[in-house]
Amino acid sequence: MEHLEVAYPYFGAFVMLALTVVAFIATTIISRFVGRYLARKDTEKLKLTIYECGPEATKQPNRISPQFYLFALLFILFDVEIIFMFPWAVDFKPLSWFGFVEMVLFILLLAIGFIYAWKKGALEWHSIK
Amino acid sequence: MDLGIFIFQTLIKILLVLLIFSALAGFTTYIERKVLAFMQRRLGPMYVGPFGLLQILADGIKLFTKEDIIPTNAIKPIFKVAPVILPVSAFVAFTGVPILPDIQIGDTTFQFLIVDSDVGVLFVLGVMAVGMFSPLLAGIASSNKWSLLGGARTAIQLLSFEVVTGLSILAPLMLVGSLNLIDINNYQIEHGWLIWQQPIAFVLFLIAGYAETNRTPFDLLEHEAEVVSGYATEYSGMRWGLFFIGEYVNMYIVSFLVVLIFLGGFGEGTLLDGLCYLAKVLFFIFLFLWTRAAWPHVRPDQLMWLTWKVLMPLAVINIVVTGLLVI
Repeated sequence: MEHLEVAYPYFGAFVMLALTVVAFIATTIISRFVGRYLARKDTEKLKLTIYECGPEATKQPNRISPQFYLFALLFILFDVEIIFMFPWAVDFKPLSWFGFVEMVLFILLLAIGFIYAWKKGALEWHSIK
Repeated sequence: MDLGIFIFQTLIKILLVLLIFSALAGFTTYIERKVLAFMQRRLGPMYVGPFGLLQILADGIKLFTKEDIIPTNAIKPIFKVAPVILPVSAFVAFTGVPILPDIQIGDTTFQFLIVDSDVGVLFVLGVMAVGMFSPLLAGIASSNKWSLLGGARTAIQLLSFEVVTGLSILAPLMLVGSLNLIDINNYQIEHGWLIWQQPIAFVLFLIAGYAETNRTPFDLLEHEAEVVSGYATEYSGMRWGLFFIGEYVNMYIVSFLVVLIFLGGFGEGTLLDGLCYLAKVLFFIFLFLWTRAAWPHVRPDQLMWLTWKVLMPLAVINIVVTGLLVI
């Protein structure tokens, strides 16, 4: 299959973005409008509170495990690595041994950091005490 | 190509993709219920229409006419915007995926691909990843403990598997030497399907695909037994439906990508090849549903163990070994 020569290759993506944003926001607005007239309404106070087992909910303290943040930090480390590796992978054959050795060194450096995080227990799952 | 014709063609293609795949996303929910039912020796939806085919329509009407509830403590603007992000990112990512091979009518070629980008794979994966904000923001804005946990799980699950997707796809890219999906397809005409050269990358990419589309066994974001309905606990009606349109369109994108990158895509682009291409894509959609019927859930700690201690080292080793073999 051949490529077509096109002046603005990303034109379609922008049109799709605009169209879908308008279409899906319109969908929610229309369904809100339809629901206002057709849905059964009763003004029970507890109906509008959050999902709980009955009592009227107050604002709750939102505590989540610090583990989640650790994984997010690790992700940043490795995702930046991958962004570096994409252009390298595409030009792998021209770069040959030079590129290969460079990338192995780079991966080794990251592996040291990864092993450190592993040994420190960053990849284990701790429960909130 | 003439600019006017180009714009006209693009608009037609965009409308077709939007309409066909929104409808297909709805239809896949019906197929999913049927497949799950048959695997459990049930009949599935049977009452609405012949073989329950009109069930989709009934579901749509039900979603549309439901009262739109926004809980009192929720952060309203974010709560309203969050469900829109997922289908929008999914459909924009779809512009980079060739849906059928070219069709030649007289002198003009009609290309079933909206954005023929030189960074095709990166474009599709990158735009798809934006959809992650949807469950994350929904979870935070609902101000509900279950939703918050669902949102936090989104962050670790989707972020971790982003790493695996990127690493697993690098090895085939080293062989092909291009990020363009059509180039990857053309490479496989001469050299055979990439799955034979890169079996490990194929398995890794498929597993990561399941996690990124939030399907069983990795549907931790909305695992009923643990976090009620996760990020979607407070959502109802059409807002809830939008999450699911996005999820199912993402399933199609992952299936298209797997077939294009590893299973030869549409090859030469004849009519038979095109049909085979669609059949392969549908097989992977079926595989999604099959896995859901056959596989139990995993826990978050098991998921993290799997991603960081098994899949990621495997992917890195795969890249190094591929590098040694290619040189």
